[in-house]
Amino acid sequence: MTTEELRNLKANQTVDARGTACPGPLLAAKKAVGDIESGEIMEILSSDEGTKHDIPKWCQKMEHEFLGIVEEDSYSRLFLKKA
Amino acid sequence: MEIEFEKQLVELKKKVGKLENGRKDKMTLVVFSGELDKLMAAMIIATGATAMDMEVKLFFTFWATAALRDPKKNVKGKNFMSKMFGFMLPKGAKKVKLSKMHMGGMGKAMLEGLMKKKGVKSLPELFQVAGELGVEINVCEMSMDLMGFKKEELIDYPKMNICGVGTFLADAEESKIQLFI
Repeated sequence: MTTEELRNLKANQTVDARGTACPGPLLAAKKAVGDIESGEIMEILSSDEGTKHDIPKWCQKMEHEFLGIVEEDSYSRLFLKKA
Repeated sequence: MEIEFEKQLVELKKKVGKLENGRKDKMTLVVFSGELDKLMAAMIIATGATAMDMEVKLFFTFWATAALRDPKKNVKGKNFMSKMFGFMLPKGAKKVKLSKMHMGGMGKAMLEGLMKKKGVKSLPELFQVAGELGVEINVCEMSMDLMGFKKEELIDYPKMNICGVGTFLADAEESKIQLFI
C-alpha cells in the first residue's frame, strides 16, 4: 500500500509502543492483536528502529498481512491486517 | 504378503507420527552466565519468543542461579561453605555485574542510566514480564546444591521448577531453537 493509502486507513486498534525498546513493541503488538477480530486493521506506533524489521517478520510468522510503514517525525506507524 | 504390507504400513504411520510431534514451536535456553549483559540477552530473547507464539523454557545453571535469589529472603541453617558462596555471589538480579566495563559498578550504573533513558527494561523487570508471559524457568538442582542455595531463597516466579539435566535434554530435544548463554 502507498503511504497515502495507509494514512487514510482507519485502524480498529492502535498500539502506542513509543518510548519502549526491544522487545517492548513486539510484546505490545502480540498482546493487542488478541483484542481484534480476523481481517481487522491494527496500527503500531514505535520509536524503536528495530521494530520496522521485527514487525514484518513477526507478521510473516503469525500469518498476519503486513500493510506497510508510515514515517512520522520521531516515530513510525506500522500497519497490519490480522489473519 | 498382505500381512507383511500391513506391518510396514503400521511402522510407517508410527514414524510419520514421531516426525510430526518431534520438533515443536518451542525454544530452550541454557542460561549459564551470571552477568547482567548476558542475562539480559537471555531474557530479551525469551520474552521476544513468546510474542512469536513459542513455548519457552529456560534452564538456569551454575552462575546464573545466583540471579534468581530474592534479596529479601534469608535461609537459616547453612554451613560455612554455603554461607561463603552466598556472600561472594550476587544476591539477586539487581546485584549482578557486567561482563565487561563493570569498573567497580561505575560502568553498570552508566549502562543502567542509559537503559532507563532509552526505555530498555531492567533485569528484574524482564523476569517479571517473562513470568507474566508464561516463560518457564527450570533451575539446576546440582548448581543450587553446590553453591548452597535453597529453594526457599529464590524469587517468587509463576512457573519455576528445580530439576536436573534430564529435564533440559527432554525439552531441548523437542525444541526448534536451543541456545547456551
